Amino acid sequence: MSAIIQGTGAATALTTLNSKKLVARSRTSLPGVDAGRRKRCIVAAGSDASKSFGSSSLLTLRHSHKLFANAVATKADTSATTTGHELLLFEALQEGLEEEMDRDPHVCVMGEDVGHYGGSYKVTKGLADKFGDLRVLDTPICENAFTGMGIGAAMTGLRPVIEGMNMGFLLLAFNQISNNCGMLHYTSGGQFTIPVVIRGPGGVGRQLGAEHSQRLESYFQSIPGIQMVACSTPYNAKGLMKAAIRSENPVILFEHVLLYNLKEKIPDEEYICNLEEAEMVRPGEHITILTYSRMRYHVMQAAKTLVNKGYDPEVIDIRSLKPFDLYTIGNSVKKTHRVLIVEECMRTGGIGASLTAAINENFHDYLDAPVMCLSSQDVPTPYAGTLEEWTVVQPAQIVTAVEQLCQ
Amino acid sequence: MALSRLSLRSNRFLKPTPTLLRHVSTDTTPITIETAVPFESHLCDAPSRSVTTSSSEILTFFRDMARMRRMEIAADSLYKSKLIRGFCHLYDGQEALAVGMEAAITRKDAIITSYRDHCTFLGRGGELVDAFSELMGRKRGCSNGKGGSMHFYKKDACFYGGHGIVGAQIPLGCGLAFAQKYNKEEFVTFTLYGDGAANQGQLFEALNIAALWDLPAILVCENNHYGMGTATWRSAKSPAYFKRGDYVPGLKVDGMDALAVKQACKFAKEHALKNGPIILEMDTYRYHGHSMSDPGSTYRTRDEVSGVRQVRDPIERVRKLLLTHDIATEKELKDMEKEVRKEVDDAVAQAKESPVPEPSELFTNMYVKDCGVESFGADRKELKVTLP
Repeated sequence: MSAIIQGTGAATALTTLNSKKLVARSRTSLPGVDAGRRKRCIVAAGSDASKSFGSSSLLTLRHSHKLFANAVATKADTSATTTGHELLLFEALQEGLEEEMDRDPHVCVMGEDVGHYGGSYKVTKGLADKFGDLRVLDTPICENAFTGMGIGAAMTGLRPVIEGMNMGFLLLAFNQISNNCGMLHYTSGGQFTIPVVIRGPGGVGRQLGAEHSQRLESYFQSIPGIQMVACSTPYNAKGLMKAAIRSENPVILFEHVLLYNLKEKIPDEEYICNLEEAEMVRPGEHITILTYSRMRYHVMQAAKTLVNKGYDPEVIDIRSLKPFDLYTIGNSVKKTHRVLIVEECMRTGGIGASLTAAINENFHDYLDAPVMCLSSQDVPTPYAGTLEEWTVVQPAQIVTAVEQLCQ
Repeated sequence: MALSRLSLRSNRFLKPTPTLLRHVSTDTTPITIETAVPFESHLCDAPSRSVTTSSSEILTFFRDMARMRRMEIAADSLYKSKLIRGFCHLYDGQEALAVGMEAAITRKDAIITSYRDHCTFLGRGGELVDAFSELMGRKRGCSNGKGGSMHFYKKDACFYGGHGIVGAQIPLGCGLAFAQKYNKEEFVTFTLYGDGAANQGQLFEALNIAALWDLPAILVCENNHYGMGTATWRSAKSPAYFKRGDYVPGLKVDGMDALAVKQACKFAKEHALKNGPIILEMDTYRYHGHSMSDPGSTYRTRDEVSGVRQVRDPIERVRKLLLTHDIATEKELKDMEKEVRKEVDDAVAQAKESPVPEPSELFTNMYVKDCGVESFGADRKELKVTLP
């Protein structure tokens, strides 16, 4: 295990595995916030794709069937892509979904009110008109059954995208997700693959009440056989959606209720994000802050204050909740020696708890201070606005925590 | 008819080779046989009681059922000698269901069932040796030894298992039917579940969707009258499982009569392809307890079990049929049984020899390309890094 964490040496060794220097550079060098050198990932799709490709010269060197992932994202407001179009996060998800449905006739969507209604968060708007009722299916309210149906369909080769109107409703389908979705590939000795994507909004919204503010990543994280990713920007939302649909493994894509209206400019050409890779949001020197989903924005807000106070935090959006991208995280820990995890999960048994354990186990020698984890309180989310604010981590608490760690 | 019998007998004298097919009638001329028990129907017209079959088909029933019976008995003794561990749910008594269903459908129609799946696996073309290896946790097993008794699968024969959680296979089965409809295939899915699972909510959820979307799903309730230790009259307010679909047509079938099962399944397939889902309730019985840890005698009397064995045993029924219609003689059938027994014993011996999985198999088939510990490019084609 430790052989992998050898900094740049390992990375260059790995470049021999894949001759794409583009990818290697994005991993080892931590580029500054230089938008001009922003690496666009290029997809040379198969012959049936009709998308226009970016005009990068690297395209000519590659074989037509290889794809690249872009892990490095600059902060949203400094993106200086000359081409590209601006859209909201839910539109980015819809774009990704639509592109994949165009590309592969096996992709279908099932969920409550995804068809004629257009999706309760408009992610599937317009798809039913375009693809018909057999590909965008309005299900009755029976999460257990339609999740099971999606998994059964996936066993034969279809690629359903199952939407939970709210992630919390998927608790009703937990048996199907855990036993069938996660385990069938293993218990059948590899005979069946389950290429489903289970997605839906979760997280604490604006006074939605306890049952509609659930963070299910902590419940699903120990299911063997599934992958979990959390999107946080329109760019990675579209990229992760596409990657999840193309993956042969079951992927749970966690979206957040409050992030659907984020606006960002994303590239025109087709791109995909790597499912297992973390995103370097802001490189720094003093402390590593690991976060995902909505807390990324609280962290960036706190980072502004911290920068004014003279700190240089490195912010990583871990994106991949299962498995953790310990490669990127490890490199960061080795540089800064201090880790703060900011998450929206509950304190007990959350993603942060697992991540703390993983970091302590693997990088203990590189830590100068104990790993600190800021998570939500172990309470059901109250309705009252003031109380609800205090269940999740606020930027002020992040600033205090960083100051405490960096003493 | 008498002439052909004579020639059969003389053939036997002249050529005493011990091959299985020596005295098996390969006659495929249709015979019509009336089922003993009429079908009961709900919201549909029951199929005719006259089943078209042939001598060779009935003989195949006999051989297949004898093989299944022997396999289950062998599994029983293997379990008692601790070569099979964990849970082992045996199907003896219910064999008519598996063979009757197979006779009515093709290998492209899908079957999904619960944990009582050994005989269904065999019916779908599974090898005895694969079954025993899987039961004993060997690498040769149909799931590489990683599934066990409750997780038999055979993808090339469209057999989708093999599921441990009661009722969880019902939505999966409706998903299979959905895929068949999506791909515009003219095939159906048989989703088998028990009288215990018939009280699961997901059954009704899945049934609603199947009826709404006109899926070619056939839900087969294998009513062996006991949900583990609880009799049907103690667990279901309405034990007429074929009527429980309400808006979905149903058919009640004598599940111990392989020919009735065949007729019902054929009827159901035609119905499902035209009109959507249908429920088949198969009135059947299991001689063993729920599983090997259940003696099967605390909730029912021994007399009841032996009574059913005497009056309704599926293999005896087929044997009587063969004898009355002069398709085979007593001795021929006994020889067939002996051969089947030998087949099973050989398979057991072979399975006992086969090796256990390698320790590295613990981590294989977790993910496709095992990318839980490896990170691939977005297209899963190139390995980027191995995560610690």
